[in-house]
Amino acid sequence: MSFRKLSLGLAVATLVGGATLPAFAQDSVYVPLFTYRTGPFAGSGIPIADGMHDYLQMLNERDGGIGGVKLVLEECETGYDTKKGVECYEAVKGKNPVIVNPWSTGITLPLIPRASVDKIPILSMAYGLSASARGDIFPWVFNPPATYWDGLSMIVKYIGEKEGGLEKLKGKKIGFLHLDAAFGKEPVPLLQELAKQYGFEVALYPVAAQDMQNQSSQWLSVRRDRPDYMIMWGWGAMNGAAVKEAVRSGYPMDKFYSVWWPGEDDARAGGAGAKGFKMLNWHAVGTDYPALKDIQKHVVDKGLSKAPKDKVGELLYNRGVYNSLLIAEGIAQAQTVTGKKVVTGEDVRRGMENIKLDPARLKELGLEGFTDPMALTCTDHNSHSPAFMQEWDGSKWVKISEPIKPMTEQVRAQLDAAAKDYADKNPGWPKRSERCDNQS
Amino acid sequence: MDILYKIFIEPFVFMGEAPDLLIQTLWEGLVSGILYALIALGFVLIFKASGVFNFAQGIMVVFSALILVGLYEQGVPALLALLLTGGAMLILALTVERVVLRPLVNQPDIILFMATFGLTYFLIGFGELIFGGSPKEMITSELYLPQGTTEVEMLGGFVRFQHLDIAATVIASIMIGLLAVFFSKTRIGRALRAVADSHKAALSVGISLNQIWVIVWFAAGIVALVAGIMWGARAGVSFSLQIIALKALPVLILGGFTSIPGAIIGGLIIGIGEKLGEFYWGPLVGGGIETWLAYVIALLFLLYRPQGLFGEKIIERI
Repeated sequence: MSFRKLSLGLAVATLVGGATLPAFAQDSVYVPLFTYRTGPFAGSGIPIADGMHDYLQMLNERDGGIGGVKLVLEECETGYDTKKGVECYEAVKGKNPVIVNPWSTGITLPLIPRASVDKIPILSMAYGLSASARGDIFPWVFNPPATYWDGLSMIVKYIGEKEGGLEKLKGKKIGFLHLDAAFGKEPVPLLQELAKQYGFEVALYPVAAQDMQNQSSQWLSVRRDRPDYMIMWGWGAMNGAAVKEAVRSGYPMDKFYSVWWPGEDDARAGGAGAKGFKMLNWHAVGTDYPALKDIQKHVVDKGLSKAPKDKVGELLYNRGVYNSLLIAEGIAQAQTVTGKKVVTGEDVRRGMENIKLDPARLKELGLEGFTDPMALTCTDHNSHSPAFMQEWDGSKWVKISEPIKPMTEQVRAQLDAAAKDYADKNPGWPKRSERCDNQS
Repeated sequence: MDILYKIFIEPFVFMGEAPDLLIQTLWEGLVSGILYALIALGFVLIFKASGVFNFAQGIMVVFSALILVGLYEQGVPALLALLLTGGAMLILALTVERVVLRPLVNQPDIILFMATFGLTYFLIGFGELIFGGSPKEMITSELYLPQGTTEVEMLGGFVRFQHLDIAATVIASIMIGLLAVFFSKTRIGRALRAVADSHKAALSVGISLNQIWVIVWFAAGIVALVAGIMWGARAGVSFSLQIIALKALPVLILGGFTSIPGAIIGGLIIGIGEKLGEFYWGPLVGGGIETWLAYVIALLFLLYRPQGLFGEKIIERI
């Protein structure tokens, strides 16, 4: 085949391909899903992507969408790369997305100033800029059900209670192993503030992305510093490697805590020695919920999911389900408050501010007991919900605590200051003028 | 004065106070260094034979490890999977020679270098397509690699030796030794050196360039497989492992692109240097210095030996 023929063929294929791109009918809403099924962070990204997709697909299959409106789902691969994530945003914004979920703190940060301009709400579920919980300053950004600062305060509070009270942390040393990126650094200011307040010492162990699987130096330093507790803020391959290194270095696993991102595979990586490793979580693991059963019936069993059957219901898969639960609720509430079926990004922003996942609503959604109730308002875009501690028993996660409330008093002042600081540092940051349907 | 004390005195005082930690740091550096050397060796072999800096060496580490684990997951016994993975690396070498190198003979080196970029991204995409992006666990015990730890009490403390690290060091050392002997004492090795000196001269005495390229790419593939098994056993098999392979760059800067002993010594200097630097001096700047410290060490050496530790000193008369 000559080069000219090949080029012609490719051009025709491109045109034909272009013609078959998803068409957004008038009776549908477009929901792009930023995912990463490739690259160094795919280990975390894949189950989340599957959970996100499958819940929304289940609504399409079972209910014909939301309120009779079909959801047009389209994944955009970011590779957890900020540049690619912004490219994804630019690629989808012309298609009138009703919401964008960047799935990366690094990608979320540059999108925050664009959201109000493009009228596209951003959902950064339990990640992103903690200060964006302030709905009066960030009306287009939502980060429920808890911020990283909430998460850190919960871990410190739990450790404090283990010691017999927060004041007993005085003189202790807490090590903080974190990805050396925007995400990993996000809680550091609060940790240092809490250290000052309660008299404990902080030892930081940054892990560069290129050394995620080469952490022997960090764990040598842990052995040198002998922290009483270790807290991890990791993602992707970093988590599994850290659990392995902790086991290898003989660090007591019952003193090793993490924010809510490790999955089962990360804990399994440490083998039998990983028993006792703890992490925060705010939703159930498993498939014993009607909505999850419906996902299996309408999506997985029909071959419409990319998830292996045995991965459905695992921790990060259910995290993706929770993320899509918020998206779906935002759309459903938008339909309620506007009276429209086919909603826009502006409508969904209003819808998100009306999310109220009380026990009755969770039951109605087939998720009774799946997570604690939470609600968002115009001023509170986070809910600062409690999370619980769970422990790896060698084969599965076991819930070991009652819900832990964040240390609101300590966090609130920091959060308010950070939100104000953000607005001050961005000249012309708009004063909220968006409509509010839910002040309380 | 305080900062000078912290830089020049305190770390050495601490070394004296906790010699067990110093030994542990040196050991960790040695293990890392040997593994860096192994990866660097893959680069050196190909560079010697073809003058090409093989950017794909890192992904070859991941790709070979994924094939091994993937075959095992499909029910192939571990040792057979190991052999088949070796076969797959031979197929890769043949394919690269036929599809990438042969059509680009006599093209500028930069073109060949860019071709290895293309090969890298092809292998990433192909690997993700076949094996998915999720990290996998290396089949450590199935390959009869030892696990567990021995704690040795010494110097008022203890030093922890992972059996896997000991095995990695021994296997990598044997591998490096065998390759060094193979390329210095055998007929093929002499042919490789002839090719490295001059393609035209090698061709004129009947050495087949194509054959040599297949052999070195296969050897580099086997080196990648061993590196993949060892790193995979330490930290899991995922695509982020390919980034670790970039640690071989300062090793190559230091050791020279054409020297097998250079790769070994360079690997050890970088491995031990970065661990000592991170451990004793890292806290001064908040940690996380080992990523760039390796390059600083390499550049410092270059100030005195621009051709690298064992690189060929090229003097051209004009």
